[in-house]
Amino acid sequence: MKLHHFYALLPLAAILAGCNAVELNPSGDVAVQERDLILYATELMLIVILPVAFLTTLFAWHYRHDNKSARYEPEWHHSTPLEVVVWGIPIIIIAVMSVTTWKTAHTLDPYAPITRLGPDQPVPPGTKPLVIQVVALDWKWLFIYPEQGIATVNEVAAPINQPIEFRLTADRTQNSLNIPAIAGQVYAMPTMETELHAVVNKVGEYRGKSSRFSGTGFSEMHFWFHGLSTEDFGKWVAQVKTAGGTLDTATYQQLQVQSVSEPVHRYGSVDPQLYKLAVDQCVGKPGNLCLSTIRANDFKKGNGLCRPNVSASN
Amino acid sequence: MSPDTPHLDPIFGRLTLDAIPFQEPILLGTFAVVVLLGIVVVGVVAYFNAWGYLWREWITSVDHKKIGIMYIILAIVMLVRGLADAVMMRLQQAMAFNGADGYLPAHHYDQIFTAHGTIMIFFVATPLIVGVMNFVVPLQIGARDVAFPFLNNIGFWLTTMAAMLVNLSLFVGEFSQAGWVGEPPLSGLADLPGVGVDYYLWALQISGVATIIGGINLLATIMRMRAPGMTFMRMSIFTWSSLCVNALIVLSFPFLTIAVSLLTLDRLIGTHFFTLDAGGNPMAYVNLVWVWGHPEVYILVLPALGLYSEFVATFCSKRLFGYNSMVVALVSICVIGFIVWVHHFFTMGSGASVNAFFGIATACVAIPTGVKVYNWLFTMYRGRIRFEVPMMWTISFMFVFLLGGLTGVLNSIPAADYVLHNGMMVVAHFHNVAIGAITFAMLAAIDYWFPKAFGFRLEPFWGKVAVWSWTIGFFVAWMPIYVAGFVGVTRRTRVFDDPSLQPLYIIAAIGTAIILVGVVAFLIQIYVSIVNRKALRDVTGDPWGGRTLEWSIASPAPDYNFAFTPVVHDVDAWADMKARGYKRPTEGFKAIHMPKNTATGIIASILVFIFAFAVIWYMWWVAAISFLLLLGVLIGHTFIYDRSFHIPEDVVTRTENERTRLLAQQG
Ligand code: HEM
Ligand SMILES: [Cu+2]
Repeated sequence: MKLHHFYALLPLAAILAGCNAVELNPSGDVAVQERDLILYATELMLIVILPVAFLTTLFAWHYRHDNKSARYEPEWHHSTPLEVVVWGIPIIIIAVMSVTTWKTAHTLDPYAPITRLGPDQPVPPGTKPLVIQVVALDWKWLFIYPEQGIATVNEVAAPINQPIEFRLTADRTQNSLNIPAIAGQVYAMPTMETELHAVVNKVGEYRGKSSRFSGTGFSEMHFWFHGLSTEDFGKWVAQVKTAGGTLDTATYQQLQVQSVSEPVHRYGSVDPQLYKLAVDQCVGKPGNLCLSTIRANDFKKGNGLCRPNVSASN
Repeated sequence: MSPDTPHLDPIFGRLTLDAIPFQEPILLGTFAVVVLLGIVVVGVVAYFNAWGYLWREWITSVDHKKIGIMYIILAIVMLVRGLADAVMMRLQQAMAFNGADGYLPAHHYDQIFTAHGTIMIFFVATPLIVGVMNFVVPLQIGARDVAFPFLNNIGFWLTTMAAMLVNLSLFVGEFSQAGWVGEPPLSGLADLPGVGVDYYLWALQISGVATIIGGINLLATIMRMRAPGMTFMRMSIFTWSSLCVNALIVLSFPFLTIAVSLLTLDRLIGTHFFTLDAGGNPMAYVNLVWVWGHPEVYILVLPALGLYSEFVATFCSKRLFGYNSMVVALVSICVIGFIVWVHHFFTMGSGASVNAFFGIATACVAIPTGVKVYNWLFTMYRGRIRFEVPMMWTISFMFVFLLGGLTGVLNSIPAADYVLHNGMMVVAHFHNVAIGAITFAMLAAIDYWFPKAFGFRLEPFWGKVAVWSWTIGFFVAWMPIYVAGFVGVTRRTRVFDDPSLQPLYIIAAIGTAIILVGVVAFLIQIYVSIVNRKALRDVTGDPWGGRTLEWSIASPAPDYNFAFTPVVHDVDAWADMKARGYKRPTEGFKAIHMPKNTATGIIASILVFIFAFAVIWYMWWVAAISFLLLLGVLIGHTFIYDRSFHIPEDVVTRTENERTRLLAQQG
């Protein structure tokens, strides 16, 4: 941690000592940058807040009713220089912060592919991200590895220092994929696809969960994220492969049934069309009526009056 | 179930005995207590033979002061109700670690946080601010009532009926489980087919309409009914904040009405505005509801900021520093408040530049807000600060609010929000403001204007106990929650998988207990003051050395407020009048023209209640009858031409002579 961040942490440090403050001690570069951003903004605001807190205490004490030695000017209510300061300081602070807000909104955009593994550590050219398709179901997480041809429920793994590209959707209710140690969250929503790019830098076990309330089984919708060395990741994939089982539309329909605290499942092979069908809300629909088909039909019927909704990535 | 379910009973719709939660002892117990309390109240009223008095003097009253007081009583009752939910959640969360499931199943817990949020926002915070504005604004602008007294009455009764409707849902049916903004798809028929969401929607609809009615009313009052000489730049800052707030209400609440109406249509007649299939789009609801929701938080906080401006100036015995800046700050908060709503869903995948725009716009609100803090500070500078209870609330607020402002700005940065969104950090932030800014201001306001309403001051000792308990309790209850936020805990979580968090939640529960001490102290304060009302009598009508017009008249304020309409020459009109040696006229009083009471408000509101209840349960025949009756009553009301009367000259003279006598006694 950079030294100047230390000061901002002081008030928190006392209380945090006992806890493992994941968001303040992350293991993925995106989360590290997000933490630094929070600390930076906190410091910036403390520049105004601490003096104001101090002055409030001072004035409240000094100008108390029974201190007759304090100056009393009941009609004093305007001072141009003071007014300039009063407006100037917040404007400057917010202006400075806005620059950072704008920059980080772009550099830490969850949709932006990962360009660095850490400070001064660009992603080596030619690295391909690991794609993980995520479906939030009631109330469990399904992770599909299209390139490896495997899938898991309520468990996910990735090799360290390789960019990860999550593609997210949901079956019925909205959820939010949140692995605090790695990166901030993005919603997983039915009929839509969203994206989250991240990278994990340290080997370890990290908590993941849903951060968008989705009903009865929401509190138990957590899972472990395994940060593995490249080698161990290979082994893990092989293990899952040997676990057997296929994730196809039939197994997906079983997953669609609501359940709480679903145990980990592993599938050695995956129907390559499944994720697309999940986004399109077709699995288990009579006559394979997908959302895109319905929309296209509506479009025809409406003589072009109602445009088909653009579903993917809104 | 949907409207066309075949088993629908023709008389009772989908209402059956199963709707009453016999198998839930907590609910049944609460229900029994509520019924018992109800019987006691009815009994006491009957014993003192007070029905006639209540009916004439309160229920049918169009007096803005009485309506304001009734709003505040409603809010205090609902505050106790909302706190009961808070205690239940705190207990559950303190218990549910290490595999323990706590004592509340998900089905019940989800209802409780929804009930807590809904009740606190719509039936505590909103009625509090509406009540205080109602009571104070006409007095501060030198008016005798609001512009539309009947609308004021019906607005209050609609709000009350909405509060009763939403509370009834716990005992007959269920509460919604979709959170306080009820976002689809979760709140759609597919996921929550029960009556909970329908109760919620109708309660919001009715209270929303009531709020719009109230907003139009106060807007018109402030625009048209100021005393001669009171230009816009001579209004008190609280009146200014009320003007801004009511403009915000009139502009933003229609979005809530639309969102709620469309969702009701989806659930009731099967339209597809927000469904997942057939071209519906839940995002549309999320946008609509936050286009209302964000201005709503300013609607709640701006009156509080206005109040602190009054308290600071009064108790520092000094003119407010930077009046013009304060006005500019208020107006700019209102304007910016309308272009920030996307910060509630940065994480729903909008583009980087969109997020950055809304993030920066949000942070800009910190500029005028910061200016206000500085201005209070410089009002204290070279003042003579009297630490009466309202001023103690103000000082406490200034510290708490600094923290709330800091965390609010943190949430506004999109890249930080990806981490903080839907976390306990957000929950801690909005309680920081909801408690530390809004609730504190309203408790202070009750203390401050109590003499103007009832003629005697509140006993300060218990008030001070309340200030300290709320303040200490706030920090003990919410600092651990801030920490939980930084550790990455998600809101609305019922059971936890990480045992290291338990100490935080135990501390938070203790803090909640300290806050409860504050609530009890406040209730004791009112009780003790009523007992000692003779000793606490405010004879002068100006117990605090006030600066605005309401302190120029007697306490309690007479029905007609001002015997003569005051003429204003400066900001802080009353301070100015006192400084220039104002002599109160003691003769020459005339009869005063006032609006008449009306029973239409309560009758129409009861019909609305019955209508909503019937629609929620699909009892179509009851809905039809109550709707027709409602139309009849409202149309009938338009035929009442005799809507005003004169307070006779001798009554006015007698009232004012009594004041002359009391003042003379004072010396
Ligand atoms: C005075 C003590 C209070 C306590 C101890 C308290 C406690 C809580 C708790 C435990 C939650 C649930 C947090 C979670 O999601 O995990 C909550 C949510 C909430 N509270 Fe409070 N609260 C208090 C006062 C207030 C006040 C005064 C307001 C508003 C004026 C308020 C508005 C809300 C809202 C809007 C929610 C969100 C509900 C939702 O998630 O849908 N609370 N509160
Ligand atoms: Cu907002």
